[in-house]
Amino acid sequence: MTSERVGIIGIGQSAFTARRDDASYPDLVREAVVIAMNDAGLELDDIQAVVYSLSPDAMVGIGNAERSGVDAVGARNKRFLRINTGGATGISSVAAAYYHVASGACDVVLTAGADKVGECGDSQTVLNKIWDPTYERQLPLGTINMLGMSAIRYMDFYGMTEEDMARVTVKNRRQAALNPNAHLRRIVSIDDVLASRYIAWPVKLMDCCPQSSGGGAMVLASERFIRERKLDAVWITGLAHCSESYWLGDRMGKNPEADHADAFALGRSLQRAYKMAGITDPGSQVHVAELYAPFSNTEYHSIDAAGFCKRGESIAMLREGQFELGGRLPVNPSGGTLCTNAIAVTAMIRVAEVALQVWGRAGGHQVKGARVGIASGNGGDHQFFGAMVVEA
Amino acid sequence: MELMSRQETWNITYTHALGETASWFYTQIRDNAKIHGRRCAKTGRVLVPPRSFSDQTLQPTTEWVEVGPGGRIETFTIVYEQFQNLPDPPYAFGYVLLDGADTALGGYFKGVDLTDPAKAAAKLKIGTRIVTKFAEKRTGDVLDFWYEIA
Repeated sequence: MTSERVGIIGIGQSAFTARRDDASYPDLVREAVVIAMNDAGLELDDIQAVVYSLSPDAMVGIGNAERSGVDAVGARNKRFLRINTGGATGISSVAAAYYHVASGACDVVLTAGADKVGECGDSQTVLNKIWDPTYERQLPLGTINMLGMSAIRYMDFYGMTEEDMARVTVKNRRQAALNPNAHLRRIVSIDDVLASRYIAWPVKLMDCCPQSSGGGAMVLASERFIRERKLDAVWITGLAHCSESYWLGDRMGKNPEADHADAFALGRSLQRAYKMAGITDPGSQVHVAELYAPFSNTEYHSIDAAGFCKRGESIAMLREGQFELGGRLPVNPSGGTLCTNAIAVTAMIRVAEVALQVWGRAGGHQVKGARVGIASGNGGDHQFFGAMVVEA
Repeated sequence: MELMSRQETWNITYTHALGETASWFYTQIRDNAKIHGRRCAKTGRVLVPPRSFSDQTLQPTTEWVEVGPGGRIETFTIVYEQFQNLPDPPYAFGYVLLDGADTALGGYFKGVDLTDPAKAAAKLKIGTRIVTKFAEKRTGDVLDFWYEIA
């Protein structure tokens, strides 16, 4: 890697809600871009490339919606690239922006996107289409039941209960209540979660993320540009991706390398990112984590994968309050994906939130003294995992 | 001001070619009510559902291996929510490691009363032995078979 660092100099995000009837899809993209550009203090002409963050088209209901977004990101006469790695799209987009700068090709890159999942009649109907039409589409697979099946194995291996799952929702909702940009901000109790209806056993309604609408944008720049312009920045010091193979049924059975209970490739991406950042003991060196977890149960295997504990120990540690805002190592202080999921930008918001934390700009959900943070994104059915280390 | 909206529906029909491997697999299900996997010559893994190549070596698989009809539940879920264009709830489905296979095959679980979620889940717990059942009239599809507790 080059000695030149890549910095984050601007962040923009919507106040996420179910619907935004006041704004078209490009309006939402532009909303986040304007906030990020103002945050960076730059003009549109300063941007040399745009990485467009857009997951499955059918979620916004516009084929190749990056076409209609091209004006909203001011991409006229600029390099332009669309990224789609499902739920990991946002962090993959930040990574692609990073590589534009790290390669020396560009000094300043914008990454942006938006989603309007709330306009989609049924996101599970769209997500069912990510399964292959040969063997698996005939089954009613979707992301909820796919991760419900992960929960079943996690329960069997490590003893997670439905109450343990509820505890994640309770924690994240309490934190989302402090974040004005979060979608679900109502504080709930364990009993509320347990009393909510079953969607796909053992996942109940309040174990699930919402279908959110809103935009996200970030501006990345080279260290040289940041110093020349005397800009304020935080730094991406480690990043990596890792994939798992396609078939859900291969992550079980006889000695699978990557079990469906866990997030094996997320662990690999984080290990690679830690190595790049020089982190050897994440449990003591990381101060805050924004881990992509759209269902309560998946926060546990994500914490395990982050190396904060041995597999399954996250259950007891969360019960002890270690991952709460104010605890030893806050996880998802923004409320996380469980409280806000505008899929195309969700994993970008993980990076943005952790950047705000180490910058000391997270407001009501600030983790005191945070200087080193990690973010992650998960896409597909365990196919695409991405991770980043962000430092002040 | 009044904010307006427009409704759009996507309704697109695809005719997907299944390829040689899945075609043979489905022919065996239709004509003989038997499930087969494909063996990877290098690792010996029996891949179910059958694939023409191994994801680990990218080499072609070389041999058909009959698997099942017995097996064990590897995971499951019970769906209680209605989703657009997906079956009416409740239904149980999941993945089963059929005898002789190295990877698990998806299918519905039938014959379990799903009225009480906790009781139904206890009956489907990981490790439970099942047997594969086949429809009398088969078309050559995943929905030609399902799993019942043995």
